[in-house]
Amino acid sequence: MIGAENIIYSIGAQRILANVYATFKPGKVTAILGPNGAGKSTLLKCLTGALKPDEGMVSLDGKDLRHYSLTELSRRRAVLSQANPISFPFTAHEIVVMGRNPYSLEKTSASNAEIADEALTLVDAWHLRDRSYPTLSGGEQQRVQFARVLAQIWEQEGACLFLDEPTSALDLKHQHQLMDLVQKLCAEKNLTVIIVMHDLNLAYHCTDHCFFIREGWIRGGGESKKLITADNISEIFDLPMEYATMRFGMELAG
Amino acid sequence: MTLFEKAGGMPVLLKRVKIPALLLLGLALLGVAMVAASIGAVSIPLSGIIGGDLTDQQMAVLNSIRLPRVLLAVIVGGALAVSGAAMQGLFRNPLADPGLIGIATSAALAVAMVIVLAGPIAGYFGLYAMSVAAFMGALAACFVIFRFAKLSGTFSVTYMLLTGIAINALSAAGVGFLTFLSDDQQLRTLTFWTMGSLGGALWVSVIVATTIVVPTGLVLIRNARELNVLLLGESEARYLGVDVERLKRRVVICTALSVGAAIAVSGIIGFVGLVVPHLIRLTLGPDHRLLIPASAILGAYCCFSQIPSRGQLLRQRKCRSVS
Repeated sequence: MIGAENIIYSIGAQRILANVYATFKPGKVTAILGPNGAGKSTLLKCLTGALKPDEGMVSLDGKDLRHYSLTELSRRRAVLSQANPISFPFTAHEIVVMGRNPYSLEKTSASNAEIADEALTLVDAWHLRDRSYPTLSGGEQQRVQFARVLAQIWEQEGACLFLDEPTSALDLKHQHQLMDLVQKLCAEKNLTVIIVMHDLNLAYHCTDHCFFIREGWIRGGGESKKLITADNISEIFDLPMEYATMRFGMELAG
Repeated sequence: MTLFEKAGGMPVLLKRVKIPALLLLGLALLGVAMVAASIGAVSIPLSGIIGGDLTDQQMAVLNSIRLPRVLLAVIVGGALAVSGAAMQGLFRNPLADPGLIGIATSAALAVAMVIVLAGPIAGYFGLYAMSVAAFMGALAACFVIFRFAKLSGTFSVTYMLLTGIAINALSAAGVGFLTFLSDDQQLRTLTFWTMGSLGGALWVSVIVATTIVVPTGLVLIRNARELNVLLLGESEARYLGVDVERLKRRVVICTALSVGAAIAVSGIIGFVGLVVPHLIRLTLGPDHRLLIPASAILGAYCCFSQIPSRGQLLRQRKCRSVS
C-alpha cells in the first residue's frame, strides 16, 4: 500500500508535480497514464523514494518513506526503470542475481542463484541465461531486467512493484505475457503494482485502476474500465475526438 | 570439455574453472617472482634461491636489492591494476584509469611539490610524506572530475575524459614549472622518479607501499559485490539497498590511497591500470569479486617487465660512468 499526500516537486521554477494525492492499493494493478512530460516518471520516482518531494509525504504501508533504511526499503519495493545500459559483459543470470543483493548476507548464494533461475524462467528468458547482457536485444534486456526486479521481491508478500514503461521494447506476445504475469503475481502475492505506460489498450485490459496525469496535476483516478474512455483520452491527450474513437472506439465502446 | 564457451561472441572461461584459474595465476606469480629475483647484474641461480645454498654476496644482493625490487613490483603492479578495476567500476566506464583521467598526474604533481619545495626528507617519513601528498593529489583530482562530470546534470563520460585530459595538461605544466625551480639534486631525484621505475627499491619503499596498498585492496574486495550492483546504475543500486554515496566515497579514497602510494614509491607507470582489468574481464568476466584479486595478480606480472629493463639501464649507466 502506497499513499501520496500533497506531493509537490519542482525543478527550478518549473513545477513538475502539483499537489498530488493518490492511494495505491495492494492486490491491484494501477496504471499512471498521461502525455509525454506530464510528470508520470517524476511521480514514480517520488513514490519509490528516488526523488525527495519538495513538500508532502509518501507513505509505504502507513510509514513515512523517509523513515525506512535503504535495506528495509529494498525488501519492500522493487523498481524497473526505463533504460538500463550496462557496458560490462555480465551474463543475464549475473544481472538477475544482483536483484538478490538485499538478501546477500542472510541467504546462501546457491539459493539466490536458484531464485534468479526461476525468475528468468518466469519471464521466458531462461534461454538467455548465459548470454552476455550487452549483446541482448532491447526486448530481451527488458525481460532480464524484469526478472531481476521480480527476484528482488521474490518471497515478499504485499511488496510494491514499480514498472516504468515495462513493455516499451517488447513484441506483442511478450507484452501480453508480461502483463498477464504482473496480474497473476499481483493477485498471488498481494503486490501493489504501479505501472507507467503509454499503451492505453493494454492499460484498459490489464490494469484494475488508473490515474490520469497532465501538467503535474492528477486529472482523475478510478477503475480503468470506467475511466479509459474516448472522451477522457481526447481530453487528456489533446487528441481530436475522431482519433480517440477511431483508435480506441472498437475496444472501448462496451 | 571445452575451456571456453561462447557467450555473446566473447569467450568467457567457464565458471567452475574460475577459482582454480585464480589460484594457478597466484602460484605462477610466485614462480615468476623467483625468476625475476634471479635476473640482474650479479647472477643468482634459480636453483640456489629454491634450495637456499647461496654465497654471502649472492645472499646480500638478494636480500637488499632483488627481493625488495620484486616485492615492490608485485605491490605497485597490484595496486595500479586494482585501482584501475575499481575506477572503471565506480565511473561505470571501461576507459576510466588513474593515468587517463588525471588522477595519477595530479598525484605526481603533489609528489613533485614535496620533492622540490619541502627539501630532502629521507627514510620512512619522507616516503610517507610523499604518499600522503600523492593521496591528496589523487583525491583532489577525483573531486574535480566528479564535480565537472556532473555539470550537465547526469554523469557525463565526455566531461569526465575532458576534465581528466585538462588535469593531465595542467599537472604536466606544474611539474614542468617545478623542474624549472629545482636545483641539481632535486632535478635528478625528480627525473628518475617521474620516469616511473622500480629500480631504486628499498625495504623502506616496500614497507610503506605494503602498509597502504594491502589494506585498501582488502577494503575494495569487501565492497566488490556492491560495486557489481553499482554497474546497474546509481539509482538502480540505491533501489537495491546499496548506500551509493558511501560506496563511492570508499572507492575514491581507497583508490586514491593506493594509487598515491604506488606513485610515491615508483613514479607514474601507465598501461597497467587500464589494460589489466580488461584482460581479466575478457577471460574471467566482469564480476568484481573475482576481477579485483585477479587484476592484482596480473598487475603484479606486468610490473615484472620493469625489472630486466632496469637492470639494463643500470649496466649502461655504469658503463657510461666508467668511460
